[in-house]
Order: sequence, then C-alpha cells, then structure tokens
Amino acid sequence: MLKVKNINTYYGKLHALKNISLHVSAGEIVALIGANGAGKTTILNTISAVTPPINGEIHFGGALINNLSPDGVVRCGISQVPEGRQIFKPLSVDDNIELGAFLRFRAGEKRKEIAKDKETVYALFPQLQERRKQLAGTLSGGEQQMLAIGRALMAKPKLLLLDEPAMGLAPILVQEIFRVIEELRAQRGTSVLLVEQNAKVALKVADRGYVLETGKVILEETASELLANKEVQRAYLGKDKKEIWER
Amino acid sequence: MNIRDAKYECMPREELEQLQLERLQATLNRAYKNVTFYRKMFHKSNVIPEDMQALSGLSKLPFTTKEDLRANYPYGMFAVPLREVVRVHSSSGTTEKPVVVGYTRNDIKVWTNLVARVMTAAGVTRDDMVQITFSYGLYTGAFGFHYGAEAIGASVIPTGTGNTEKQIMIMQDYKTTALVSTPTYAITLAERMEKLGINPKGLSLRVGLFGGEPLSEAMRSQIETRLGISATDNYGLSEIIGPGVAGECEYKCGMHIFEDAFIPEIVDPLSGKQLPAGSTGELVLTTLTKEAFPMIRYRTGDITSLLFTLCNCGRTIARMAKTMGRSDDMLIIKGVNVFPSQIGSVLTAVVGAEPQYEIVVDRKGAQDLLEVHIEAAEGIFFDEMKRQKAFLEMVEKKIRSVIGVGAAVKLVAPNTISRHEGTTGRVIDKREI
Repeated sequence: MLKVKNINTYYGKLHALKNISLHVSAGEIVALIGANGAGKTTILNTISAVTPPINGEIHFGGALINNLSPDGVVRCGISQVPEGRQIFKPLSVDDNIELGAFLRFRAGEKRKEIAKDKETVYALFPQLQERRKQLAGTLSGGEQQMLAIGRALMAKPKLLLLDEPAMGLAPILVQEIFRVIEELRAQRGTSVLLVEQNAKVALKVADRGYVLETGKVILEETASELLANKEVQRAYLGKDKKEIWER
Repeated sequence: MNIRDAKYECMPREELEQLQLERLQATLNRAYKNVTFYRKMFHKSNVIPEDMQALSGLSKLPFTTKEDLRANYPYGMFAVPLREVVRVHSSSGTTEKPVVVGYTRNDIKVWTNLVARVMTAAGVTRDDMVQITFSYGLYTGAFGFHYGAEAIGASVIPTGTGNTEKQIMIMQDYKTTALVSTPTYAITLAERMEKLGINPKGLSLRVGLFGGEPLSEAMRSQIETRLGISATDNYGLSEIIGPGVAGECEYKCGMHIFEDAFIPEIVDPLSGKQLPAGSTGELVLTTLTKEAFPMIRYRTGDITSLLFTLCNCGRTIARMAKTMGRSDDMLIIKGVNVFPSQIGSVLTAVVGAEPQYEIVVDRKGAQDLLEVHIEAAEGIFFDEMKRQKAFLEMVEKKIRSVIGVGAAVKLVAPNTISRHEGTTGRVIDKREI
C-alpha cells in the first residue's frame, strides 16, 4: 500500500536519508527503530511532505505522491501523529478532535458524518470523553497522546504515521496506547508506520521492522526476528541487565 | 498445494521486487559497514551502497568468487562478531583451504524455513519419517535437511552416510517414507536391495529429495522406477546457505528459487556480462537475508538458465533449470559456449538412457571440429545402413539445435571408450592453446 523507493532527504547540506526504500502493506504494523538521529522522524516527515525528498518515489495505493503538498498527503489517506503530540493547547479536547477533520469540513462533508466519527474516537479513548471541554494544554502526557491520535484518526486515514507515541509516558500508559494501535488495525484495518526509540515495545506490537542507522536501512526483518537479533538488542533495546548484575 | 510460505512463494512480482530492493539495499549497507572485503570492493568500483537504486544496478558491482572466500579464510567475510555466530560449517576442501561459513541464530531460522519450503514442495509432511543419509559434519547438507524436516514436524532418522545394509534395515523397520540422499546413493540402495531380494516398492518409501550432485532426468526416472518414489531435485551451496536455495514443485519443471532470500542472475562465464532471462550461463547469487555471511554476486560456477514465468503450482518465483555442469567444464567451439552436459542430455533424450560417449574437439587450420563418439549398443546400432545413417543424422541435427554448433556423430565399437567417473561424458580436447 505504501511503497517508498530510493528517497534522499536533506536538511540543508545534511544528507539525512540515504537511498531509503521501505513498504507497508495493507493492515500491517511496521516499526522503524534506530538510535537518535538515525532519520526515523525524517522518514515520516518526508512521507507527509513536510520535508520533501530530493529524489526517489513514494507510492500510496498505487499512486505517486511525492509531489503532493502536506494536505494532499492527508487527503490521500495518510495521517501523522507528530513527535511530542503537538496538540492545540489553548483549544478544548473536543475542538482538537474536530480540527482533525478540517479537510473533510473543507470538502463539504456532512457534519453528521464527522460528528459520528468524533463519537467513535471518544469510544476508543474514554478518558478523553470525560474531558471534552477541558483545555488540551491541561491534560496529562498520556491523555495528550491519546488526543493526538484521536485527532489524526478524524482524517479517516488508511495509514497512520506515529512518531514516538511512547515518549515520556509511564509504562502502563504505553501499554494502553499500543493496545489502541492494535485495536485500530484489528477493527478498521488501519496500517501503521511506527517510529519508536523504545524498540522493544514497538517490536512487540509490530509485524515487521526496519532498523535505521545514520540515514540508511541496515536491516529488514519480522518483528520477532529483530527482537531475537543480538546486535539489535545491544544497540537499540538496551544492554542485557543480566550481563551487568549477574556476572 | 504443497506451499509452505504462500505469502512469499506466490508474491506478486511487483511486491517481490520492492522487497528484494529493500533487502538488497540493507544487505549492501551492512556488508559495506561490517566486511572489509566488501568495503574495499565498493571503493574500488567507485560505488557506494546508496547508489543501488534498482535491482538492475546489481550488475554494476563486481563478483565474489571462491578464490575471494579462500583468501579470506577463515572469518574474513563474516559480517557479525563471532559471538553472534551460533554455527560454523564449511565446504569440502581437499587440497586447498575450505570455505568457512557462519550463521547467526536468525540465519539458522531462515535457513531452516527455506529447507522446509523445499521439502514441503517435494511433498514431505509432518507424517513423514525422513531418513537423512548425508554426512553429519561440517557439510551443510545433513544439518540443513535435518532442521528443515523437523520444522515441518516430520520424524527425522539421522542415519548419516554409509553402512548400506543397515540403512536398508532401518528403512524397512523404522518405516522410512522420505529419503534424503545423493542420486548415486539412491541407485546404490536400490541395487543392494535388489541383490538382497528386498522389493523396494514393498517398503514405505514415498518421496525422495536429492542433492549433492545434479539429478539428471535419466537418474530421476531410474530412481523413481526402482524405488517406487517421487524424486525431486533441489539446489543449494554452502557458500550461499546450504540446501534451501531452490527446489522442485510437484510439476518438476525447474527448481523454484526463493527470491525473497536470494537474487539470481545468469552471466556469461567468460565475460561476466549479465545475460537475459532464458539464456544459459553461470548462476550468480546475492543473499538478501544472511546476517553472518552475506554474499554479493557470488559466482556459483554452476551452469543453468532462469525462467520467470508463472508456474502451474502458483508460485511466482523464478525457476532454474537443472544445472548442466560447471563453468569450468565449458568448451568454446567456433566461438560458441558449449557445455558437455548439453550433449549428454540430447543423447539421453534420444536413446532413453545416457549412452557411453566421448566428446572429441580438434582444430584443423582455423576451424574447430567437434565430434561425438557413441558406443554401439541396443537402440543405437542398427543393421540397416540406411536406418543407421538416418539415426546419426537425427542426433547431429538435435545436437546442433541445442548447442548452436555442428557436431559429427560417429559410432564406435563397444567397450572402446574408457569408463569415466562422473555424470558427463569424457571430453578430449586435442586443440593446442
């Protein structure tokens, strides 16, 4: 469904993505793991046309999307949940969620339909339902993450780009967020491209993963293979505590 | 349908090619980073992994040869630290140093699955009793099939090599249903059984997987008839992974190469130029998933051709023809690459079984001369001169159509050709270099 071929992205003179190719099939959850600065967020931003590539091809649903504007990408069915949530702090939870459907309003879609989808989001995140009128900036980290995802879902994406959803969250909330991700795939068939530094938790929910290192893909394997890969473990999953304490 | 991983074995080609491109790029990045030999190779060719934008770009890279592997004995080509290597195997090495190959835990998993695919395609299921008669040691054959059979859930009887009578006793008593051996050994087993008065077809044997040597059609029908089994061919080499590179499906019309794990190419053995699909030449393989021992454009030395059309079994992955000898066996006659085994297969097709024959190449002036001497035997020698002439002319015509050069076919008296070991006929090249 998403096919990325040979993309190169630069930040000024910095060659951030070097000939990256990857794909996400319909209904798949794919993880991008790697150290800080490896280029994971850049890949998502490139797909979303926020930092367009200088060459290469991005196909989605059979169509070439490299030259689309960021809103064009959203209209195609790709929605990004950015790093750090980036919710609209002065607005209410309800307004934040509605804004996720901005392009649908613009396209003249029936308000009733959009309102129905809003209720579906609240059903997914009951904690937000209780706080509908609350200002988004006053939510806890976990609630803000849920809000960011809920907002992205309002665009009715076929592919969800998630940038570090677990960042700064307590383990129990991380579990909750990933449960929702799995539910989205199960119920709606939403594909997910997931960037996570917490590689262990990402690989537990993903089907496949790509390992990035300084702008290049160095490994593509199924999630279970990556979890078992000692080199990946050492580099991205944290040292084996046994080694340190139980020598 | 005997397909273990339909997702990969029947993947639409566009999807498959994207997967291959991703895995190739990742492999090149890893090889460049971790293997000095490959880093130097890239620098010498003035190419960096990022330049690989399409599968067709693979032909820009130089080859890896057996000599390169020997020169890096033992661990020079390894792409992971030794502590991550959980298995070491090596190829046979008689006088020269052997090639040492390594596997990470993941490599073993992938290898096991690939062999399981080969065995599944051959019809092996969890209800089978698999007798493995390869040597359990440094060679990859025995362990490869052992793990693959176990993964399917079959019961493995690891007899190893030798002690033919004991092997037969085990086949009878332990009710072996699947035999894994070399084609030659299968014939040996059949002969010994017949000598012992045991009817092979009275055993539980059902299916046979053969490797270690090419399985000619003649040998296949012999094995199938004498042992009463379905015999399938498969291909592998330890430098690439071991068994599990390719295997025949029930239609037995070429061995399916697992293209999600390997990229096959056919090149001219002399010039190294990539040849189009359907041409006969040397098989070159690039690994896509190997962690410990990635190989980029490894020259296998085996001669074959590739078919990329859809098979009746539903698999979309390419098929390779039976290997017809080694590139070292190749002759150049009148500027044309000729493989002795090509002539052998023509003769087998005409006569029904491979006759005793000999290939003689000579040169008169500026012309190469090719002669094929066949020993007179039943089905080859006819009393009538007219019939004899027509037969020889027919053989000459067939040979010319297969190899592209004319050959003079002559009959010789029985027992005049010295018996030669090996599956191809003896070649006498009288030309001086």
